Amino acid sequence: MSISLLTFYLFSAILLLSSLMVISTKNPVHSVLFLILAFLNAAGIFVILHAEFLAMILIIVYVGAVAVLFLFVVMMLDFKTSLEKDNILQYMPIGLLIGLVFIAELVIVLINTRLDLSNIQILSNPLDNFSDQSNTEAIGSILYTNYVLYFQLSGVILLVAMVGSIVLTLRDREGVKRQIVSEQVDREGKIELVDVKSGEGVDI
Amino acid sequence: MIELNQFLILSALLFSIGVIGIFLNRKNVIIILMSIEIILLAVNINLVSFSYFLNDLTGQIFSLFVLTVAAAEAAIGLAILVIYNRNAGSIEIEKINTLKG
Repeated sequence: MSISLLTFYLFSAILLLSSLMVISTKNPVHSVLFLILAFLNAAGIFVILHAEFLAMILIIVYVGAVAVLFLFVVMMLDFKTSLEKDNILQYMPIGLLIGLVFIAELVIVLINTRLDLSNIQILSNPLDNFSDQSNTEAIGSILYTNYVLYFQLSGVILLVAMVGSIVLTLRDREGVKRQIVSEQVDREGKIELVDVKSGEGVDI
Repeated sequence: MIELNQFLILSALLFSIGVIGIFLNRKNVIIILMSIEIILLAVNINLVSFSYFLNDLTGQIFSLFVLTVAAAEAAIGLAILVIYNRNAGSIEIEKINTLKG
């Protein structure tokens, strides 16, 4: 058994086990931590597949941003419910039925068929074009040229997500004193111009 | 040598685990969001393994876009979760039945 096969089995076993733990633990904090473990092992699988850039991006984006965001929300919200008894048995039959049907269909099909990719001729970005470049360089050289529109569209998606989550969670609290600059510098109605008649003076 | 089918089976199992997680969990919306992340991870593994075995870089590019969409979806979903918890005081799925659907 070659060393790469052994690493593949190791990573995929930990990946599957930790994702099983994600959906089965009672404590949401534990499931976030198992999710992080699953992402790290998926990054290992990506390294086996020679996609080093994606592996690093997976660690940075998923572990560094998404999982920490989950962790923030789990710790910020007060889950009283997770400690109560759960009626998992109520949904166990339908869930297991659907899951087992999924697994059976996909795995039976994949075990029995052997995909022959060697006679596929039309490749849009064959790796032979980038043989002298690193993975990151190759991705950059086509992401910023052929796929620049999609790249900018994904930037727009991220902008929409950012604006959306800010708008959703922003709220005005009652009884908070704020500086309102326009009101502060506004002179309308605060300054009175009086035409003072000579010899009479003016009431202040 | 590792074959393509092994990666595809791994990705199928991961996808099924995500789907089972959505169905089994009726307490916590946040676990459902994590199950969606697992499903998207399975899709990414599929794309990258086809990219490797086809000697084509396009799969990795698309995997990058899937990653972007997953991050945006997680951010929006968690924001909705936070305001729902603030308004309703609970994020139990069994109690989110305002529509009686």
